[in-house]
Amino acid sequence: MTAGTLTRVVGALAEATGLGGVALHELVRVGDAALLGEVLRVSGDVATLQVFEETTGLRVGEPVVREQLPLAIELGPGLLGQVIDGIGRPLGRLAVLSGTFIQPGAAPPTLDRDARFAFEPARAVGDLVEAGDVLGTVADRGGFPFKLLVPPGRSGIVRHVRAGDVGLLDPVVTLDAGDPITLLQRWPVRRPRPAGARVAADRPFLTGQRIFDFLFPVAEGGTVAVPGGFGTGKTVIEQALAKFGDADVVVYVGCGERGNEMAEVLHEFARLVDPRAGRSVMDRTVLVVNTSNMPVAARESSVYVGLTVAEFFRDMGYRVAVMADSLSRWAEALREVGSRLQEMPGEEGYPTSLASRAAKLHERAGRVRCLGRPERHGSITLISAVSPPGGDFSEPVTQACLRVTSALWALDAALAHQRQFPAVDWSTSYSLDAQAMVEYLDQQVEPRWSAARARALDLLQRDAELREVASVVGPDALEDKDRLLLAAAAALREFVLGQSAFDPNDAFSPPAKTFVLAEAALALFERGAAALAAGRSFADLPIDAVRRALAGLRDAAADGLDESRKAVHEALAALSAPGVAEGGDA
Amino acid sequence: MSLARTYRGARAAAGPLVYLSGVQRAALGEWVSVESPGQPPLRGQVIDAGRDVTVVQVLEETLGLAPASVRITLTGDLASAVVGRDLLGRALGGVGTPRDGLPPPIGEAIAPLWGAPINPTRRLPPRDFIETGISAIDGLNTLVRGQKLPVFSGPGLPALELAATIVEHARAPRDEPFAVVFVAIGITERETRTFLERFQHGGALERSVLYLNQAQDPTIERLLAPRAALAEAEHLAFVHGLQVLVVMADITHYCEALREVAAAREEVPGRRGYPGYMYTDLASIFERAGVIEGSPGSVTQLPILTMPDDDITHPIPDLTGYITEGQVVLSRELQRRGVFPPIDVLPSLSRLMNAGIGAAHTVPEHRKWADQLYTIYARGREARMMVAIVGESGLMPADRRALAFAEAFERTLVGQGAERRSLADTIEAGWRLLDRLPPEDLLKLTPAMLAGREQQRRAAAEDRS
Ligand SMILES: Nc1ncnc2c1ncn2[C@@H]1O[C@H](COP(=O)(O)OP(=O)(O)OP(=O)(O)O)[C@@H](O)[C@H]1O
Ligand SMILES: [Mg+2]
Repeated sequence: MTAGTLTRVVGALAEATGLGGVALHELVRVGDAALLGEVLRVSGDVATLQVFEETTGLRVGEPVVREQLPLAIELGPGLLGQVIDGIGRPLGRLAVLSGTFIQPGAAPPTLDRDARFAFEPARAVGDLVEAGDVLGTVADRGGFPFKLLVPPGRSGIVRHVRAGDVGLLDPVVTLDAGDPITLLQRWPVRRPRPAGARVAADRPFLTGQRIFDFLFPVAEGGTVAVPGGFGTGKTVIEQALAKFGDADVVVYVGCGERGNEMAEVLHEFARLVDPRAGRSVMDRTVLVVNTSNMPVAARESSVYVGLTVAEFFRDMGYRVAVMADSLSRWAEALREVGSRLQEMPGEEGYPTSLASRAAKLHERAGRVRCLGRPERHGSITLISAVSPPGGDFSEPVTQACLRVTSALWALDAALAHQRQFPAVDWSTSYSLDAQAMVEYLDQQVEPRWSAARARALDLLQRDAELREVASVVGPDALEDKDRLLLAAAAALREFVLGQSAFDPNDAFSPPAKTFVLAEAALALFERGAAALAAGRSFADLPIDAVRRALAGLRDAAADGLDESRKAVHEALAALSAPGVAEGGDA
Repeated sequence: MSLARTYRGARAAAGPLVYLSGVQRAALGEWVSVESPGQPPLRGQVIDAGRDVTVVQVLEETLGLAPASVRITLTGDLASAVVGRDLLGRALGGVGTPRDGLPPPIGEAIAPLWGAPINPTRRLPPRDFIETGISAIDGLNTLVRGQKLPVFSGPGLPALELAATIVEHARAPRDEPFAVVFVAIGITERETRTFLERFQHGGALERSVLYLNQAQDPTIERLLAPRAALAEAEHLAFVHGLQVLVVMADITHYCEALREVAAAREEVPGRRGYPGYMYTDLASIFERAGVIEGSPGSVTQLPILTMPDDDITHPIPDLTGYITEGQVVLSRELQRRGVFPPIDVLPSLSRLMNAGIGAAHTVPEHRKWADQLYTIYARGREARMMVAIVGESGLMPADRRALAFAEAFERTLVGQGAERRSLADTIEAGWRLLDRLPPEDLLKLTPAMLAGREQQRRAAAEDRS
């Protein structure tokens, strides 16, 4: 092994000489503590490195050793439920090893070597297999089988299969050429895992959040940017989707954000039961955590680590959702490293490659035909928070993301100040998939979904215009029908689009509930209008009763939904004519 | 100290930086001593360790430093601070030298200043309510142990008075006493005094450690003062199990020091001249708050910052808001109207509030009570703006009620003056404001809450008669 010498240390960067023949992006071990680093630049005999661990204390003259490998992570059964950092170290076992505070240089492997699994082969000796073929399965935490695939680039005739009890490093399947295949595999994180052709996104990634499912549904395999100033609710949204989004596997990347948030995620996910799978949400989750005070280089890599884990499960044919909070921190990590490298800065100091890197990163999402047999589809839906300085979306990171994402859920500080959560600005948000997705919802959930959506968007639009007028002439000067419109739109905003992440009954809204609530708020407007036309005055309309009934339905426990629905019906009926009960379409 | 190496003469000096060449085995973060003939040695730290050139950031005043004649010693040790329980009751300089005329503290351990990050899997989610005695905080923006909740202030606003009031009045759930670590970062002598005088009574100083880097003190020392203080706070919290409140004032001065070093290094400036790594740098301070498994202690931070020009989108409040768990925003308008504390609850937010309230911590239905107050107040504030355009007669009756509510809310609930208010009194003060409103204005409250309140009032009325 070639050992070089450390010649400079500044921030997260180091320089070394004597690493003859070292390649770009090759891993190195830096210093006496053997910190993990990566080669960013080679110029003559000098290699510039970014160090993934704390560099304080590194001394000029210490050794640097080549690893002859790029940054890669371990993949295999046992990943689900894990918490790993931006370079794949398991934080739980790291704490056992080195204590409460993270010390540089300690590196237990990602996957626990002592774990045992029962391998059920799907292929037999003599079969010809190709990359991506399912060789067999083991049970894993997720409640769905973990599939062992022929690794990318491999193929051959099966010579040996070991069924039953196996460890991570045991040869499970041997082909006629190459190393035996083990449950544990490695993949370089910066290289996308190969997959078959993209297939059209045909159904929505249902979030359980009304405003997204109802107004801005995104396709499975789609990409969403969620920009918003501080405190506008990005993390709450990411966490809600991680908890309640309809996916087989969730990869949550806490990139340069808060430690307390991660503690919250860990404690809550472990306790919360996924309504669809009937097991702990943590069982379907992999957490990649590099908090804002952890090394900046590992912040940049954490996003790639997360995407590699996602691709690994996608290749098995699962539907994976990736939450990245926040891509701005990823971009800033690039900027920090870039400026120390004295690269020519682009806009606002970000590297000029920012846009192309953002595009490449988003390209790793999508719905694809997986390689190998049996034929299957897998998907990665990527939902990324973006933290624009000063909440100004014209900045480079937001813009770079918007150029490549298929949806924008724009968060608005004014709405957040009004405590209208999720603080999604419905006038600027969009989903390019919306049309196709509401067609799906019309067919699969409720035939009037797309019509209700159109009515709601129309009502919101008219509400915005009217409120502008009211702010000039005063609300008192409005006519009854306008007041009704304002009241109905307020109900729509409060009880349909608004959703408290902290109310156990309301945090998750199944599509059926979403529709009923939306339809009722719209009926308030339409039936109220009919009543006004029939001569009633706005002041006589029992708006508050409808509001109370809507609040009751929104906050009802699952077993009280029917009753609350009835109450909404009755309140709406009272709108049409005093004392005359009437069946409705709510 | 066998690793100590001494050199004569520096290659160059500029501002707070000294450039050395030919230094052997410099380590990033190594302590350096810089001596000029006939002067006391200056402390510095290696910020760029190189075989050819090594850059030392000098923490003290470099006025009169002549590169050719300095004697430079690299100590072999990393920048660190003495920590220990015996520091309680002491006043120290920004890097730990005594300011109270007493000998240097012996301490119990030496802690590195850079501060290793807490392993996120070892954190416990903050949950325990801290009663600050301030209604706008306890009722509407609840502080919990392990949180970092900054005060966004403006020039001339009483942020330090507020912090002192909190420190003086704060009570932990089981009445455990707080230890207080106060870091003055570039604030004036007078500001420091304001703070200290407020909370000195009642033996508060005995359970405090003061780190003082004031306006007249070396700028670069400001970069180390909060780190030395946090090392001590972590020691008190996680070794001794104490509840520690860290008050840091003023983060704005800290950021200016950061900018000064960046400029001296000729780095490409980021937004408004602040370095691009300011987020990371501030995070390395603010993230040193929390509660961990296996220790009863906690570190809670109350950083104070001055928003230049009262502009909340300025990089300093902006980046802080992106790291901390909410913010308490002071308002010039309320200050002008004599409201103390002048907390504007609309832009204020405690993100950890939900975890720290409710039946298990404060009162059941705390959330709904707070939401209701907030909603009507927000409506009243909107009405106040509308009045300017359409006059009060143009308002709907409900808006008019909200307008009156907003006035009363600011005067009584927020503007409590210097007195301490228990949570129960805060809740009652809020209810009193709500009592004046008809039920149709109170849609955030459940019928059960309204009925409960009604019953409570009737019982109280009977008691009186
Ligand atoms: N759906 C919601 N229901 C109730 N409260 C919410 C909701 N979304 C956000 N909030 C409130 O807003 C606060 C801030 O939200 P969040 O932490 O998600 O902001 P953020 O956009 O991630 O901010 P930052 O960029 O600083 O991380 C929460 O602590 C909570 O009080
Ligand atoms: Mg966030």
